Amino acid sequence: MQQFANPAKFLKLANAILPYLWAATIILFAIGLYGALVITPPDYQQGEAVRIMYVHVPAAWLGLFVYCLMGFFSAVAFVYRHPLADAAAKTAAPLGAVFCFLALVTGSFWGKPMWGTWWAWGDARLTSMFILLLFYLGYMAIWTSIDEPTRAATIARIVALVGVVNVFVVKFSVNWWNTLHQPASVIRMGGSAIDKSMLWALLVMAVAYTLLFTALHLVSLRSEIAARKLRQQRIAEIGRR
Amino acid sequence: MTLAKRQGGGLGAALGFILAVMVLIPLAVGPDQNLLGKLAPGLMWLALLLSVLLTADRIFQQDFEDGSLDVMAMGPLPFEFVTLAKACAHWLTVSLPLAVITPPLGMLMSIDAARLPMLMFSMIAGSFSLSFLAAIGGAVTAGLRRGGLLVSLLILPLYVPVLIFGVAATAGDMGPSGSVPALGVLMALGLMSLVISPWASAAILKAYLR
Repeated sequence: MQQFANPAKFLKLANAILPYLWAATIILFAIGLYGALVITPPDYQQGEAVRIMYVHVPAAWLGLFVYCLMGFFSAVAFVYRHPLADAAAKTAAPLGAVFCFLALVTGSFWGKPMWGTWWAWGDARLTSMFILLLFYLGYMAIWTSIDEPTRAATIARIVALVGVVNVFVVKFSVNWWNTLHQPASVIRMGGSAIDKSMLWALLVMAVAYTLLFTALHLVSLRSEIAARKLRQQRIAEIGRR
Repeated sequence: MTLAKRQGGGLGAALGFILAVMVLIPLAVGPDQNLLGKLAPGLMWLALLLSVLLTADRIFQQDFEDGSLDVMAMGPLPFEFVTLAKACAHWLTVSLPLAVITPPLGMLMSIDAARLPMLMFSMIAGSFSLSFLAAIGGAVTAGLRRGGLLVSLLILPLYVPVLIFGVAATAGDMGPSGSVPALGVLMALGLMSLVISPWASAAILKAYLR
């Protein structure tokens, strides 16, 4: 792991992997989407609307996963002070926020026919997902509002770590709040075990989403490294003048 | 640390803010006494949260600008203790007085008088973590020109548990055990922020001072 912390080596590896990664992503998406939209049976309760699940659930998973990943990179950066880990955390944030947003939007598309409303505050997962999105936005706001990159990196690291610790507290309290205010009648889709005929498509979609995230993350990391190089060159040029 | 009081403005402005909110709320939702009484605890908690948040950027900014933070950072005391003291000072001069003063204002909102002591207790218990979390936000914005919005975006999500349990303690509708568990959780949240906040704000401020 350590040796890939060198940006040059990392770039080499990333460039080598990326084409295969894209190919695998596209293939898996094709299989997953075909499975989700065509092969799998409609749900006996939810009808065709269940197909939203195949795009919604993986997005929500990734929203959480990317947040943990961001915390992990921040912890690594905090311990080893390595700029690449900072860059990784920084570039993961917007992607995670997009997945989070996607999960919320598709969730409310699903909620309209199922619950009858676009948005139900009674559902704890909706609320905590929304708060997670706010955490993402706050983290990104740090990077944009502090100009000096190393300073922004240090501060963003700490904010991410504090956020990771707190997100569990927030999640717990929202769950508790939700049991306090009993929701009227919410159909739980995870209530009964998902049938095998649907599960495989869901899992394929989850892997496809994860690969998509990895590919996008590598691309944005690459451009982040390029941007830093550019910045340094520009500064050096100004210095030479 | 008592200097915080002398810099002034923090408590007064926050109190003025709460009063202004108190006036605006009935204008917004209508003068219906029953409705107001029902909404009052939650709205007063919101007013408290926002007013503490408004004072967050005062915690470190002035000391940062006049250089006394540099001196403190170089002093013999670990920097974490300095931020701890700062956050305590903020609690004593802003959050605690606000938590004591705000509940009686609830009379304006025709809140149930029997609930007032519990509102005050829960606000006092919660104000501790409010101040400490605000210190993190204050540290982030110490070196920034316009940090107000950033503080809100960063810190408001962290305030969610305090708000939930604070309102729960006030409402006391948790079955036979009443408000005590929620008060306990509020204090636990306070202790947790006591652990996290001095460390986090010290690390952030060091990034500015370097």
